[in-house]
Amino acid sequence: MKYSVPWPEMPPEMNKSFIAFVKKEVLHILRDPRTMIVALLVPVVQMILFGFAISTEVNDVEVAVVAPHITPAVEAKIDQLSHNPYFTFKGYIDGRDIDRTLASNEALAVIVFDRDYTINGKTQLVMDGSNPNTAQTAAGYLTQVLDDTSSSGLAPGVTILYNPQLKSAYNFVPGIMGLIFILICAMLTSVSIVREKETGTMEVLLVSPIRPVMIVVAKMVPYFILACIDLAVILLIARFALDVPLSGSLAAIFILSFIYIVLSLALGLLISTLVDSQMVALLMAGMVLIMPVMMLSGMLYPIENMPAILRGVSCIVPARWYIEATRKIMVEGLGFGYIFMELAILTGMTLFLIIVSVKRFKKRLE
Amino acid sequence: MEIDVKHISKRFGAIKALDDVSLDVAAGEVFGLLGPDGAGKTTLFRILTTLILPDAGSASVCGADVVSQWSRVRAMSGYMPGRFSLYPDLSVEENLNFFASLFGTTVKDNFDVIAPIYNQLAPFRKRRAGKLSGGMKQKLALCCALIHKPAALFLDEPTTGVDAVSRGEFWDILSEIKSSGMPVLVSTPYMDEASRCDRVALIDKGHILTTGTPADIVSRNSMPLFAVKGNDNYSTLLRLRAMPEVAEAYLFGQDIHVYTQPGVNADNLRKSLDGAEVTEVSPGIEDVFIKLMGNGQ
Repeated sequence: MKYSVPWPEMPPEMNKSFIAFVKKEVLHILRDPRTMIVALLVPVVQMILFGFAISTEVNDVEVAVVAPHITPAVEAKIDQLSHNPYFTFKGYIDGRDIDRTLASNEALAVIVFDRDYTINGKTQLVMDGSNPNTAQTAAGYLTQVLDDTSSSGLAPGVTILYNPQLKSAYNFVPGIMGLIFILICAMLTSVSIVREKETGTMEVLLVSPIRPVMIVVAKMVPYFILACIDLAVILLIARFALDVPLSGSLAAIFILSFIYIVLSLALGLLISTLVDSQMVALLMAGMVLIMPVMMLSGMLYPIENMPAILRGVSCIVPARWYIEATRKIMVEGLGFGYIFMELAILTGMTLFLIIVSVKRFKKRLE
Repeated sequence: MEIDVKHISKRFGAIKALDDVSLDVAAGEVFGLLGPDGAGKTTLFRILTTLILPDAGSASVCGADVVSQWSRVRAMSGYMPGRFSLYPDLSVEENLNFFASLFGTTVKDNFDVIAPIYNQLAPFRKRRAGKLSGGMKQKLALCCALIHKPAALFLDEPTTGVDAVSRGEFWDILSEIKSSGMPVLVSTPYMDEASRCDRVALIDKGHILTTGTPADIVSRNSMPLFAVKGNDNYSTLLRLRAMPEVAEAYLFGQDIHVYTQPGVNADNLRKSLDGAEVTEVSPGIEDVFIKLMGNGQ
């Protein structure tokens, strides 16, 4: 008995046309300087910007000291401070000059030692609070140094695990990864598919034996490879330039990232089925994808601090789950078992997006 | 018939793009679809290449129905859309190779089909398609549409925006192509290109006005036509249109062409126009088109 096949089976030449399609796509990318810049330069620049320039860390805190008697205990403390890379000792000042010293920016902090200071004696910390973030972090550092035995009174001994120096790179690297893959995969692919619609080449592609779905799959391959190159570059910069430990399993990072990359590609395809001009595709990708990644994924602002509604919205932002899981692996050094929920959510979202966007991709013009 | 269109209708919202259109193209025939912009030519091409669905009627390409057997039609058709639709950032060679592979073939295997055209393109084969002249772009697009030896060729306004010399060359190429037995459906807004087609259909506002060989169409619709040369064409035109013995008057190049009521001759016209230069001319296809469009209104 013969069955009719709903679609003619793909002859071997079809594989050749698929490869030709991927090749053509690679040529488009290589010959468009803008795509190359977005794909290869932007990730590096973002890593360096967030890693070095935009950082909540406080380095090189200038400290002046008021000490009525320079006791051996005071000298020992100063010695300890000046050997600490985070502090610079600016010298002794008179108690009446505290205001002037802070106001003239000669120092960010002034430590006032008690008249007869011995080990763990009384001290006072006067800070320049014009930048509250810096002041708070510096005060935290200084308190730790001044109070190095946790025997004093009732203050709890605070120990920060995983990122004891509160390095911001630990926090930003997963965020940047969440952003970059959306940028490369979703934005670039959607623009590239819509360009074919806009210039009319999609008409010619559709009037050919290649399956409409293969048109988009072939488009995704080069962007997937680009995203993988970026993943490698980001991890290398993170490890060797920003000293992020990458303590968890690399395999987990890769698998998680692959799923997220495919998800971003599917998002790009979905956008391309919704719009007809490159400009609109770009706007959609920017407003609908990149803004939520920046604002609602926990990349810049902690999700815990958001109002309940935005916390709810953040649940449908894929980057939130990706960034959370990446942090667990990269910073906390956890394995697969601890990111199971994130993996499951991301895989579900990916399947959903692929099904919806492939269904929406039309085999005709209308 | 290789390309068979039966009673196709298509509307976009309130606009009737095609209204009960029927035509057929035989093997080895160049069939011209002549009509102004917005006549519905592109819509018909898109229906025949399976890119849009007709509201009513049916059409087939080499026996395959354009709706139910769309994937067969796609594999058999060579299609050149109205706007330049190759990749400007790829070279001539790269475009050609890509479209050959897209159809599972190679440029080498089918070189004989495109050889006469490709020889003109060969000096520019490393040049990016976006940097070609208009005529060269059209030739490359035709090569890309032909490279898989299609069973039927659809060319939507291939000569629009191309210089006169390149247009002539393009039609020479089409004559060569049809000798291989391929049916060619080609649309154009240029009436002077009708003579290069075996048969033409005049189309306006979604209606086919008439179909036949160019000579047939002209002789079927023949009636006395006069060319009037005046000093001031515009005021002469207005005067002609106001005259009861004139059925239709319109600008035609440097002259005014005039269809008259029966029984009016050149002398009558000359008299009414106080000695303007009036000669009887034989109508061309454009004159027929204008007359038929006038009848439809």
